[in-house]
Order: sequence, then C-alpha cells, then structure tokens
Amino acid sequence: MSMSATSGKIASNPSRESLNGRRAFLFLIRRDLTLAFRTPGQTLNPVAFYLMVASLFPMGIAPQKEVLSQLAGGIVWIGALLAVLLSLDSLFKSDHDDGSLEQLLLSPHPLPLLVLAKVVAHWLTTGVALLLMAPVLGLMLHLPAQAFPALFLTLLIGTPLMSLTGAIGAALTVRVQRGGVLLTLLSLPLYIPTLIFGTGAIQNAMAGMPYTGHLLWMGALLMAGLCLAPLAIAGALRVVVDG
Amino acid sequence: MNWTFFHKLSSPRWFYEISGRWLPWMAILAALMMATGLIWGLLFAPPDYLQGNSYRIIFLHVPTSFLASAVYVMMAMAGAVTLIWRIKLADMALKSMAPIGASFCFLSLATGAIWGKPTWGTWWVWDARLTSMLILLFLYLGVIALRGAIRGTGAQARACAILTLVGVVNIPIIKYSVEWWNTLHQGATLTLTEKPSMAPEMLYPLLISIAAFYLFFLVVMLVRLRTEILEREAKTRWVREAIASQ
Repeated sequence: MSMSATSGKIASNPSRESLNGRRAFLFLIRRDLTLAFRTPGQTLNPVAFYLMVASLFPMGIAPQKEVLSQLAGGIVWIGALLAVLLSLDSLFKSDHDDGSLEQLLLSPHPLPLLVLAKVVAHWLTTGVALLLMAPVLGLMLHLPAQAFPALFLTLLIGTPLMSLTGAIGAALTVRVQRGGVLLTLLSLPLYIPTLIFGTGAIQNAMAGMPYTGHLLWMGALLMAGLCLAPLAIAGALRVVVDG
Repeated sequence: MNWTFFHKLSSPRWFYEISGRWLPWMAILAALMMATGLIWGLLFAPPDYLQGNSYRIIFLHVPTSFLASAVYVMMAMAGAVTLIWRIKLADMALKSMAPIGASFCFLSLATGAIWGKPTWGTWWVWDARLTSMLILLFLYLGVIALRGAIRGTGAQARACAILTLVGVVNIPIIKYSVEWWNTLHQGATLTLTEKPSMAPEMLYPLLISIAAFYLFFLVVMLVRLRTEILEREAKTRWVREAIASQ
C-alpha cells in the first residue's frame, strides 16, 4: 500500500536527492523481502514458534474452554512478542556478517531512512504473518467473538511498534556474540507499555466496553516510535559498528 | 554565557581534586542526616492511626523509590551529555550511577513488599506502580549488561547513552501510573504543589531521610566515580603523582 503510494510520487518529484533516498528506501525493502522469500524456512520459523508457544499454554495450564477464553488475549500477545523478539536477533546480524551493513553505513543516503526500510521489511515478513495467524490462534484458544476486532487492531498497531523498538536492541547487540539473551533483556522493558495497552484493549472488548482509548495510546506510541526509533537505531549502529 | 566552569568541571583531574575536598564533609553530613531522619522516624514519630507501626517503613521506602527513578533520569542526562559533547566524565558518571540506581530500585521493591504484606495482605500485586518499578529494574540491568557485552570504551559509552535515553520513556509511565490506572498502590505521598496530607511529626523525619538518601547517593556515587577516574586515567601523570603522594 505504502509502496504504490510513494512510487506514484517518484515520477512527479523533480528533486534528484530525495528521489534517490526514496528509491534507496524502496530498493532496500525489496532486497530484504527477496532475501526473506529465498529462505522461506528461516522466515517462517517465527510463525511456527508463535504457533507452538500458543499451543503450549492449553497443555501447560488447562485445556478448559472457560479458562482459555480468559487467557487467550494475553497468550496471543505474549506469543507475538516473543516471536518478534526471536526474529529480531538476525535483523542486522546477517548484514553485519556479510559486510553489507557497513555499505549501508557508508551510503550517502540518510541512515535513519535506511534502517526504517529494514524495519519495514522486517514487519512485512514477520509482523504481517503474525497478524494473519493471530485470529487462528484466537479461535484455537476460544477467544470470545466480540474480542476479535480488538485483537486484530491492537496487533496491527503493536507489531510494527515491536519491530521498531526491538530493532534498537538488535542494533545495540549486533556485534555481541550470542546476543540473544542480551537482546531480550534490552527489549522486553520497552515492550511492556505496548503489551499493557494491547491486552487492556482486548480485556475491555471482552467485557463489552469501548477500547478506543487504548488504541489511541498505542497509535501515539507508534507515531513516536516511527519518528524517534530510526534515529536511535541509526545512532546505535554507527556506535557499535564503527566502534 | 561563560561556559568555562562547565569545561573545568568536565576535566577528570579537576573533578577528582575538587570532589576529594567535598567528599568527607558530604559523608559526615549524610551520616548525620541519615541518623536523624531514621531515628526520629523509626523511634519517635507517632504511629499511624490506620497502619500502626507498620507504616514506619515509609522512611526507607519513599527515599529509595524517589532515588530509583531520579538516578535513572540523572543517568539519562549524563547519557545526553555523552552523546552531544562527548565528555568522558559524563560516561564515567553514568557507569558509576547504574549499579547504585539498580540497588535503590531493588530496595524500593523489597521494602514495598515488606510493607505490602501487613497492609495489603500480600507480598506482591501486579499493580501499575509495582510493575513499572520492576520494569525500571530491568532497564537498569539492561544498561549494566550492555556495557559488559560491548568492547571499547568509546562504543560502550555511546551505546549505553543511547539505551539509557531510549529507556527514559518509561519514567513518565512510572510517574503517572498511579494516576492513570486506579489500582492498589496509594497515590503519591508527597507532591511539590500541594499541601502535604501527612502530619508534620511524620513529614519532617521523612523529608530529612529523603535528603539524607540523596546525600548518601552522592557520596557513594562520588566514591565510585573517583575510582573510575583513576582507573581510566591510569596512564596520565597526574594520576601517578596523586597515587604516589598518598
């Protein structure tokens, strides 16, 4: 959607500088998507992980319908959060290993724009898949029918936000050997406000109450994240890679 | 505006010397105030009409909670200074503050749990204020762990500064959690803008112990910071002279 909107503007934009930046942005997204589609196994791992985490809860806690429908919203959210975290570890790492990350740092285009492209590509490959899986998991966990819109909408806003904030941690740990645990320690505190608003909205929807307030808060957090997180990610990459 | 004081302050050597002169006095003052505040609060302040004597932990709980978030804000400021002016001393301060802040955060959670058992009947509830304090502890641990994982002092400094600045978004959430979510934890005990709701016999020892804990923090921070300065400037002549003269 955003791709067609921006490519429409490219033809009419006379400024060569911004044209290059925009094309670099789109090319980087296309490159990351191509890489993801060439290794579908690796791309689908977080989705399989998501399914497995969510199916552990009925086995570990209780398979009864009443218990599960109470917990469903939280389980789907926590599963999504952990799956995003799992996939973030490799966001910059493979690029760092093959040297293309240094090329990104050296390129004349603004680095925050380029890292935003990487985050967008990450969301398109991971977040969207999790988003599409969420209703299935909701059904499996007997989430009440009136909570499905809330589940979908909160994850629609929440998954890009998780990609953005988690990417800061991924950038900071890009050169750390076995940085997965550290990435978890750095990112989870930043996820907790999102988690609280997301599951709060689902609880409200289950009780038949309005949840627009929660969605607005999440939207505000997403806007702040879109503006500020790319700067932090770019700063972190410059610090950690340049040393 | 004259900025020379700022540049002077940012010189590790000058700071080491001036803080060495302040430190003994601050330590004495901190000890005196701590003794006054705690003895007054724990022994002489009247018992609460509702909570009896169990409220007395407030003289530890409120100061440690104040400092837990205040230290994080100070770390964020030090982080901003590190990123903007590349002042080494700011990063040394950030490094020496992090474990102290984490300890205050832990103490705040622990004293809160001990207070919660007699008043709420439970050690822990998943209330907004408690949970956000726990997140703050995770933030501290993250900053400490990140420094341990990165090689190179310059990279460590700027990476920790970025992480601290990112984490500072949680501070307002902690600050307003009690007002946004209506939960078990009581509202703020003290506010600057309103008349205190506490009896003066309880309020004065509390204010004294808060000031005492701030001073205690400064003393511990300075001790750690001075060690850090010596360690990082170990190759300079003034450090060798300073150590030789002792």
